[in-house]
Amino acid sequence: MEKFQTFTGIVAPLDRANIDTDAIIPKQFLKSIHRTGFGPNLFDEWRYLDHGEPGQDCTNRPLNQNFVLNQDRYKNSSVLLTRENFGCGSSREHAPWALADYGFKAIISESFADIFYNNCFKNGILPITLSTEKIQHLIEKTESNIGFSLKVDLENQTLTDSFGNMTFFEIESFRKDALLNGLEEIGLTLSHAEEIKIFETSHLQKHPWLFRT
Amino acid sequence: MSGKTLYDKLWDSHLVRENEEGTSLLYIDRQLIHEVTSPQAFEGMRLANRSLWRTEANVAVPDHNIPTKDRDKGIEDPFSKLQVDTLDENCDSFQIKEFKMSDPNQGIVHVIGPEQGLTLPGMTIVCGDSHTSTHGALGALAFGIGTSEVEHVLSTQCLIQQKSKNMLIKMNGELKQGITAKDLILFIIGKIGTAGGTGYAIEFGGDAIKALSMEGRMTVCNMTIEAGARAGLIAVDQTTLDYVNGKPFAPKGELWDQASEYWKTLQSDQDAVFDKTIEIDAGDINPMVTWGTSPEMVTDVDGMIPFTTNGKFQPALDYMGLAQGTAIKNIDLDKIFIGSCTNSRIEDLREAAKVVDGKKVSDSIKLAMVVPGSGPVKAQAEQEGLDKIFLDAGFEWREPGCSMCLAMNADRLESGERCASTSNRNFEGRQGQGGRTHLVSPAMAAAAAIKGHFVNVTTVGWEN
Ligand code: SF4
Repeated sequence: MEKFQTFTGIVAPLDRANIDTDAIIPKQFLKSIHRTGFGPNLFDEWRYLDHGEPGQDCTNRPLNQNFVLNQDRYKNSSVLLTRENFGCGSSREHAPWALADYGFKAIISESFADIFYNNCFKNGILPITLSTEKIQHLIEKTESNIGFSLKVDLENQTLTDSFGNMTFFEIESFRKDALLNGLEEIGLTLSHAEEIKIFETSHLQKHPWLFRT
Repeated sequence: MSGKTLYDKLWDSHLVRENEEGTSLLYIDRQLIHEVTSPQAFEGMRLANRSLWRTEANVAVPDHNIPTKDRDKGIEDPFSKLQVDTLDENCDSFQIKEFKMSDPNQGIVHVIGPEQGLTLPGMTIVCGDSHTSTHGALGALAFGIGTSEVEHVLSTQCLIQQKSKNMLIKMNGELKQGITAKDLILFIIGKIGTAGGTGYAIEFGGDAIKALSMEGRMTVCNMTIEAGARAGLIAVDQTTLDYVNGKPFAPKGELWDQASEYWKTLQSDQDAVFDKTIEIDAGDINPMVTWGTSPEMVTDVDGMIPFTTNGKFQPALDYMGLAQGTAIKNIDLDKIFIGSCTNSRIEDLREAAKVVDGKKVSDSIKLAMVVPGSGPVKAQAEQEGLDKIFLDAGFEWREPGCSMCLAMNADRLESGERCASTSNRNFEGRQGQGGRTHLVSPAMAAAAAIKGHFVNVTTVGWEN
């Protein structure tokens, strides 16, 4: 995984709570056997007026002009701002794949669903949790200032807006390290292979009915 | 020192090491695999040139994409076909046990695990699917993971985890006659909200839980994820042991004696401390119906869609084509779906058949379908004559799979169609783009099929 770098990005406000992973990437696109190419179908049912199917060229599909990401001012946004319980529902990692493929590098919300939150870190996306008041304030600012952007600095755990206002955010240190260093988790776990084997042997001795298919 | 919760015990018995940065390496006993969330994991293993850590830990089954009728014709949709073929190829080449589409034991992954004795009490169980919480009903620590983690488990038999907090939901008293596990869990979600369990492992306890069958307990744990918690748990008792005993892959003879002695210890200690405890009087619960686009938007069948002044529910109501103040019983339906990993087990089908017996599906219903959760469930139901009851009433009787729970196969709602469904999610588009879903119990779905609208199935003659 690539290392997470400080960046400055346009903020897109998705003023809704409980956005589920079915909305982020509808089920028909989960039929892909690859990790890439989900960006054009991110929020498909909200973004387009017609029904999308996998394998379709999205460039000529009719756009829902009311959907926030279709508005010119939010083109090329890389920070998504949204309400509580973002990413609830299915465990599909296709959701962070689609968000990353579209170009989002950070998502700011009041809260995230557990599995989605976890999946973000495996894909270089930084989920940031802020208080309801701060989210409200940011949504208002984003809507009233065309081109509103935030500088996202994970090292220092800060968000800085175009006017120089700075906000701190909290994040667990191991999550921060994993993103900053682009850690390869499987390799890391395999470095403890001996310990795993020792555990496994004694585990099987204690529970000899396991490990049968 | 205070005692341990069931979750603490399961966690501690699978802890390989505590990593320096505050995470833990947790050993995983069983990984269940299906076709949708696994191809990229196998691809990742091949790219990194890694092999399986322990082949027998894994069991696979295709369920999401497969057709529920005319199976002998194969899978028509080329994308669905490729995904199922890819699972078959991956399992063949990695020598993973798979119940292929043609196998008589094929079914929804969360139905076949317990049914085959492949998921057992005391195990850690994962699957690239959020409803893995279902298996917690057996006193196992079971939770859904993403595809990167599927690959992690394939390669290392471990996961890097952070321990959740402990929550106890205690259901005191007795459920009223005719009230089911589905009503119980919908009631809980209505009470604590879809984010109420975020960050917790939830143990369900109390007399009303102890009185549930294993099928009912699985329904409750299944929808723990809809309450925001990755894992739901129920302590092992005689009901658990009786269910597991004799399952094809469950231990037998001396091993059974040894295992069941251990399994009996799988309950929270008397003096265990939970971070949060919620007590609910089970006797207050009525048949529940969701009216919105989140499982927490739920009320009892004799109620109405709530009024709010802040317009909070408006997007959901616009999508559902409903207004505040509408009585639930006045909601007319187009389709009925009885199935999914929440409610497709034999007991669910029996409950629905009891309601349907000798009656006819209303003319106003376009399609009423029953999709058993697995091959063995279907066979058992047919042996009991349940299929005939459904078919005589005008239901369709299908082959096992996820079907219209998420509409990845051909079974789906058309835009604007309204469905009474025994599944677990009423999200926008979940059962088909523009489709409108109301979550209910099997008995409630069956009664709605007969009447064409919701009725309180626990009242005599279901009077309106
Ligand atoms: S039945 Fe529905 S919820 Fe259950 S595994 Fe299948 S798609 Fe998921």
